[in-house]
Amino acid sequence: MDYAIQQMVNALSFGAEYALLALGLAIVFSVMGLVNFAHGDVIAVGGYTMVAFAAIVTANPWIVILGAIVAAALTSVLLERVAFRPVRYADPTTGLLTAFGVSIVLQNLFLLFVSPRPIAVTSLYFMDVPIEMFGVQVSSLQLLESVTTVLVIVGLTLFLNRSVWGLAMRAASLDFEMVRLMGIRANRVFALAFLISGLLAGLACIFIMARRGSVDPHLGFNPVLKAFVACVVGGFGSLPGAVLGGFLLGAVEVGMLVLLPQEYGGMKDAFVFGIIALILVWRPNGILSPAVEKGDKL
Amino acid sequence: MLDIRNLKVLYGPIEAVHGISLRVEEGQCVTLLGPNGAGKSSTISAICGVAKATGDITFLGQDLLGTEIEDRVRAGISVSPEGRRIFSNLSVEANLQLGAGIRTDRDGIEADIDHWFTTFPILGERRTQSAGTLSGGEQQMLAIARALMAKPKILLLDEPSLGLAPRIVGQIFDMIEQLKSEGMTILLVEQNARQALRISDYAYLLNTGTIQAEGTTATLGQNDELMAKLTGLG
Repeated sequence: MDYAIQQMVNALSFGAEYALLALGLAIVFSVMGLVNFAHGDVIAVGGYTMVAFAAIVTANPWIVILGAIVAAALTSVLLERVAFRPVRYADPTTGLLTAFGVSIVLQNLFLLFVSPRPIAVTSLYFMDVPIEMFGVQVSSLQLLESVTTVLVIVGLTLFLNRSVWGLAMRAASLDFEMVRLMGIRANRVFALAFLISGLLAGLACIFIMARRGSVDPHLGFNPVLKAFVACVVGGFGSLPGAVLGGFLLGAVEVGMLVLLPQEYGGMKDAFVFGIIALILVWRPNGILSPAVEKGDKL
Repeated sequence: MLDIRNLKVLYGPIEAVHGISLRVEEGQCVTLLGPNGAGKSSTISAICGVAKATGDITFLGQDLLGTEIEDRVRAGISVSPEGRRIFSNLSVEANLQLGAGIRTDRDGIEADIDHWFTTFPILGERRTQSAGTLSGGEQQMLAIARALMAKPKILLLDEPSLGLAPRIVGQIFDMIEQLKSEGMTILLVEQNARQALRISDYAYLLNTGTIQAEGTTATLGQNDELMAKLTGLG
């Protein structure tokens, strides 16, 4: 029984992390139809900022964390300004290639100017302590991660439903030109989407760094891949889909870890992606893919 | 108020409007009539900044060509576009809130939303419902109300009667007439010539991207041959 609960907690916290990552991709995609593969490298920027802050400024973990979040958010907004704005209204493949380009450039900057080797960040060790809850051993990190993701989901939902800017972002996902025809500035809507995406990357960065304890130039690759898979499963462009896809991916991964016999352990990912493929056979556009019709055009 | 000279509208290499000139004076309702593909909607798109255009578009003495879509709205131009294009994934109320996206007077926005919900009780009953669930006529009313939420100086209406039942068309035109009597300046694009001429002061007849005829609605109304053509009875 304890084992089962333990694994459920694992699935939940993995899922929470994937949901956080997937939301970062989905919010940009929903507004501008861009799959931002540089999202992972924004996370890496957060990681390197932690290194820099811990080495130069202070070892106070809260300041290090704040620094990482701010750096990730600013990087994201800056990337929109210099890299994605010029291709904003271009073909989606142009945006996709731009994102790959940005990702490669950032990774090479880390390689050239920092180091190809992993650099340890010790400031976040305190976040990962085992605690006992209802007789089950859980890690404080897992708990923090799940709670943070829930708060993010609640916050985003409120923002997207209550504030005019949130409404504008949702409207933009349907008909961006019409949003501009309301006099709402496209530049602000895009910048806001990237700001939120960057904040989410910053939050994800904290948990990834707390778990790994080090940063290297390819830190962002695995997270962005998971986020992409979660978005595809949930339905690209749908924010609830991103959350659902994230939690589903977490559950499937942990399920495979638990169910697969030891000798097949190395094939975990093959089984995970096999199940994902089956889900896509069932729902080719993802489980919660947004409806394709764009209002009634006559 | 709105002065257009030698306007050419381009879609890539294709020119949809070949150098037309038209004027809308303050408080007037001016109609662009003409068959499908005449260039009416292209003209509206050019005024909004959605379509590429050359020539002169002057609004309240300000040259509009080369300015962004958003700045034209802020200058006082609002549009209820062809096909209505309401935000079907948002609530009726949210559509109106976005219409007021350039305003900052919270109380005024609230009051205006309430005004529309009183004017069209059906919209009020469905304020929290997704706008995509409204009927075509209700969506058209919402689209016009949304455009007016920006407190425009001129309202562009692109085919507001398209695809609606005759009874609903009558309601929409009553609404436009009401707006006109309240002093709103209107540029209307219509295929329903009879209804459009009933409420407008001046009209232009477009065909294949050029102006074929123009005049006050009284003069045009006396031209039997033209009227027969326009109302499809000729």
